[in-house]
Amino acid sequence: MLTTTLILGLVLGGTYALLALGLTLQYGIARIMNLAYGEFALAAAFLAVALFQGIGLSPLLSLPGIAAAGYGAGWLLYQVMMRPLVARSGGGGRLETDSILATFGLLFLLQGGLLLAFGADFTSISHLERGVDVFGVPVAANRLIAFAICVLAGGALVAALRFTRWGLAMRAVALAPGSAPLVGIDVNRVARQGFALGAALAATAGASISMYQTFSATGGVVFTMKALVIVIMGGVGNVPGALAAGFALGLIETFVATAIDPGLTLAATFALFLGVLLWRPQGLFGART
Amino acid sequence: MTAISRRAALRAVPVGMAACLVLGTGAAAADDATVKIGYAVARTGPNATGAGITTIPNYELWVDTVNKAGGLKMPDGSQRMIEVVEYDNRSSNEDLVRAIERLASQDKVDLILPPWGTGANLAIAPLMARFGYPQLAVTAVTDKAPDFAARWERSFWMLGGGHDYAAGLVDVLSQARDAGTINGKIAVVSVADGFGIDLITGARPAFEEAGFELAYDKTYPLGTSDFAAIMSEAQASGADSFVAFSYPPGSFGMTKTAQSMGYNPKVFYISVGGAFPIYPGVADGKAEGVMAIGGVDADSPAIMDYFARHEAFAGKAPDSWASAITYASLEMLAQAVERAGLDHAALAGELSTGSFDTVIGEVKLEDNQLRDLWWVGQWQGGAFRAVNPAGKEGASVPMIPKPDW
Repeated sequence: MLTTTLILGLVLGGTYALLALGLTLQYGIARIMNLAYGEFALAAAFLAVALFQGIGLSPLLSLPGIAAAGYGAGWLLYQVMMRPLVARSGGGGRLETDSILATFGLLFLLQGGLLLAFGADFTSISHLERGVDVFGVPVAANRLIAFAICVLAGGALVAALRFTRWGLAMRAVALAPGSAPLVGIDVNRVARQGFALGAALAATAGASISMYQTFSATGGVVFTMKALVIVIMGGVGNVPGALAAGFALGLIETFVATAIDPGLTLAATFALFLGVLLWRPQGLFGART
Repeated sequence: MTAISRRAALRAVPVGMAACLVLGTGAAAADDATVKIGYAVARTGPNATGAGITTIPNYELWVDTVNKAGGLKMPDGSQRMIEVVEYDNRSSNEDLVRAIERLASQDKVDLILPPWGTGANLAIAPLMARFGYPQLAVTAVTDKAPDFAARWERSFWMLGGGHDYAAGLVDVLSQARDAGTINGKIAVVSVADGFGIDLITGARPAFEEAGFELAYDKTYPLGTSDFAAIMSEAQASGADSFVAFSYPPGSFGMTKTAQSMGYNPKVFYISVGGAFPIYPGVADGKAEGVMAIGGVDADSPAIMDYFARHEAFAGKAPDSWASAITYASLEMLAQAVERAGLDHAALAGELSTGSFDTVIGEVKLEDNQLRDLWWVGQWQGGAFRAVNPAGKEGASVPMIPKPDW
């Protein structure tokens, strides 16, 4: 009973955390609150399904390609759409408002494009659906893979940010975008990389979600909301925070569903969210300002 | 050196747009003997999925079929082509109501087809009544249909209510239990949203009355995507029958979860989504024996012909629950127009009292409601066949226990 809850909760939490990693990166480094984040993930999910159904390419194999395409799309989007906003804001808080408005518009543009390209139907594929025995608990292989991807991507990201020179530049831009140029950091370039990397993570999450979840062209906002809750809980821009918050959410939802009532999972999520906002408004791992 | 200034360009835009509009309407209005039919459906937003599966393809197929046959027949024997006025209601009832007002007062359409969904149909019912249009509320499932039909006398309710579907399921399960095929325990989960609540409130007393024990009875919030915990509890409950009053994402998710964890109840019932043409793909080709809401008489030539035409026109098969009924409602409309013309009062009278030859057989409404419906269907041999009511012509025999995944 307890192992079941623990394992199912961790796996669920992993899929949540994976979804939130990209958003926290985009906001933390590029300072762009991307409301079209869910649509990015959805586009990748549709692409993975199209490749799977069209040429029989497993989402697992197409994932690196899709992630690379996501990086390219994010790079391009930053250059074309976000760069003028960044230039105009002059490093102030105006960028946040502007980027929220701009990506809110982008959300509808992407949603319309997805509707046109893939129609309004529910999309769902069956891939790697068989159960895998984890300490006596049957877990769907595709969810286990998503969990593994989350641990790998999250771990690599945390390590890279912490221990590499590149990560140092990223953190410098996240912490003090105004002062970073003084030590020779090209803020624009770093922010662009951060945004593009976030888009690549969104694409990775989308492609792995396509293996186990039913989705439709209009469902992107659900992903954005979930990711947003996790990002805010973990501390905006904080990668380990997003990982921890994602796992906490998965564990709590599973625990409530088995021990209390599945009807209360949503309530539990938001109770936890409210609690964090009340006691640690900067997020679980956020730095005090 | 630019020859066109920005100001000139800005001035040119509205002129160009107006020209396009005039040209567009000019072409359409060239034949003034058209019948204008308007609808405001969800092309975008959360309802776009349901409308895109059940409503829009059938509207388009029907208009195409009628126009290719020379148009709608009038009582005097003449034929008039259909001209469509369509708006996107963006899944918002405010936009929907505005669009209906516009269709009625500005576009002055002859007929208005309903939007997809129970809530949307209820939202426009007072307005439709005020403007006097008949409303064939075909994708509205509500237990209050008798009240609504009495309140708005030109409204027609064609998909039954939650209690009907729940009672149909209890009927199927009772017979299986009395035959000794399944035990008296049921594991039931339901989504905490409109139709899911309707179904479970109808089902609880019906199950109890039939002597079933609800060994597991839980609700889950809309938007739940992970069912591993719920399904493992249901599996542990000792029930032979798993019943989910669910929406498509949940129906699909639970199917996949049951397969991956090797949960093989003797009855596996899901609600909305089980009748969708993509379901066998979702179930990885192992849909055989899965029960769900709806069903069609898969051996009827009219249904087979309709499925083939739908697939040829829309590029995908229709769903086996509300699609055929939606198409039937349009056939009723065409036949009523042929008998009574476009006068709204006469048309509503004909719809209410006449009997019509449609893809789902002969249809005659009772108190402005379609009651002769299929409540439970089951995947058998690649088709989603109706199994309840068992006495109705065309019903298949339910296959219990379901083969293992």
